[in-house]
Amino acid sequence: MTWSWDVFINVIPIIFKGLWITVGLTIACYLFAMIFGFFWVFMSRIPWRPVNWLFRWIAEFIRSTPPLVQLFFIYYAWPAIPVIGVTLNPFVAAILGLGIHFSTYTSEVYRSGIESVDKGQWEASTALNLSTAQKWRHIILPQAIPPTIPMLGNYLIIMFKEVPLASTIGVVAMLHLANDYGAQYYKYVEPLTVVALFFLLLSYPSALLIGRLEKKYNRRFDKKTATL
Amino acid sequence: MEEPIVQYKNIRKSFGDVEVLKGINLDIMPGEKVALIGPSGSGKTTIIRLLMTLEQPTGGIIEVNGENLWLMQNKKNELVEADDKHLRKIRGDIGMVFQHFNLFPHMTILENCMLAPTIVKKKDKADVKKTALEMLDKVGLSDKVDLYPSQLSGGQKQRVAMARALMMRPKVMLFDEVTSALDPELVGEVLEVIRDLAKAGDMAMILVTHEMDFALDIADRVLFLNEGTIEEEGHPTEILVNPKSERLKDFLTRFTNSR
Ligand SMILES: Nc1ncnc2c1ncn2[C@@H]1O[C@H](COP(=O)(O)OP(=O)(O)OP(=O)(O)O)[C@@H](O)[C@H]1O
Ligand SMILES: [Mg+2]
Repeated sequence: MTWSWDVFINVIPIIFKGLWITVGLTIACYLFAMIFGFFWVFMSRIPWRPVNWLFRWIAEFIRSTPPLVQLFFIYYAWPAIPVIGVTLNPFVAAILGLGIHFSTYTSEVYRSGIESVDKGQWEASTALNLSTAQKWRHIILPQAIPPTIPMLGNYLIIMFKEVPLASTIGVVAMLHLANDYGAQYYKYVEPLTVVALFFLLLSYPSALLIGRLEKKYNRRFDKKTATL
Repeated sequence: MEEPIVQYKNIRKSFGDVEVLKGINLDIMPGEKVALIGPSGSGKTTIIRLLMTLEQPTGGIIEVNGENLWLMQNKKNELVEADDKHLRKIRGDIGMVFQHFNLFPHMTILENCMLAPTIVKKKDKADVKKTALEMLDKVGLSDKVDLYPSQLSGGQKQRVAMARALMMRPKVMLFDEVTSALDPELVGEVLEVIRDLAKAGDMAMILVTHEMDFALDIADRVLFLNEGTIEEEGHPTEILVNPKSERLKDFLTRFTNSR
């Protein structure tokens, strides 16, 4: 097998098309996971034991099964279930599957952020007669979320690297295009190298950015919470 | 005859199997200053936390302005556990200053003071700001309004906490050992503010304190709490200078010796 620069150059624009799908899918899954993460937090805080156990158990179950299995389930098995079964297009199925899977991680991040807020903050806001919604919005979340931003950023990178799983249910992104190219021309090394390069090109700067966020928010938090 | 603003009627509180309040009866008159003293673990903090609705009693009734705090009448006129709306209505008359300040670290001093009047009472922001600045001036912090809590000393933080609580214009203010987390040299400035408040008047105050001289000075009445019951109560000089019960005598001697 020989390395061909011509193939390498040729394949760049082809794979580049898939890059946008990968990036778009990552962003969509990530937003879904960020928002849906609050759903788990909310459910596990319902003061009725059976409900919050049930949801904790479901989240734990999703977290400890492979995302690939969940993708297959949503795409292949769900449509076959009577009544609630729906056939989804691959892109939507990928957003749901990966989004739900990662929402069980973001919810843990949120939970740790919320638990890190001092009990006295709740009590002071009760003493000032804030409503439950006002406590969350003005006191708890503004303190719980900033320190989790670096961790949430890491999940963005992790998700970016997991998104190629979507090619298994037919989302035509970088990996899929590389594979097709390979199958057509019996050239796998160049297209796959391009895929790897694109991933590197995106994740490395993101990792640097997240490192900086980490510094920034840790400092900010130190300054403001040294003592209340 | 004036009605009490707060009444504890046979209040009991247990944490698990441990009963920490064993039938407290206590009337607070409007504007009255009551000092609460007693050994560690006797239940002082618990008494005031019940009134602030931070804990729920396991027995008895608390009334504020003659209204039951923890129970309310539902539409069918049955007595049921108070819901959030009921609690919020009554809680509006109560304010509290905590031992560990509990300022909001992500907000400036001014924002700390403005938050509740703006979002809870929905007052005009410009008016609230004006009042907040006056209030912060009163506690001697007009040059710190744009700083964050972590940039203040303990004494300054506690003065902010008082200004913040006062912004809600409570009729009863609760103080839980507000100077005990402070360096000794900062205690004076905080007591000074409380003294001014007490002299100014019409707000009732319940002070949990270990500052006996201070209690003697500002309180109308001192309660000695021991193992969950009010063991002795009366005028400050009566309690602090001529204690009757052995336990109070004991407590006071131990207290003066330990200083
Ligand atoms: N949330 C809680 N759970 C279990 N026990 C508690 C709780 N809060 C208080 N207690 C117990 O209740 C008793 C009374 O506590 P409280 O804080 O009211 O005492 P205190 O008189 O304020 O003491 P101190 O002077 O040390 O502050 C203590 O034995 C304490 O351990
Ligand atoms: Mg206490």
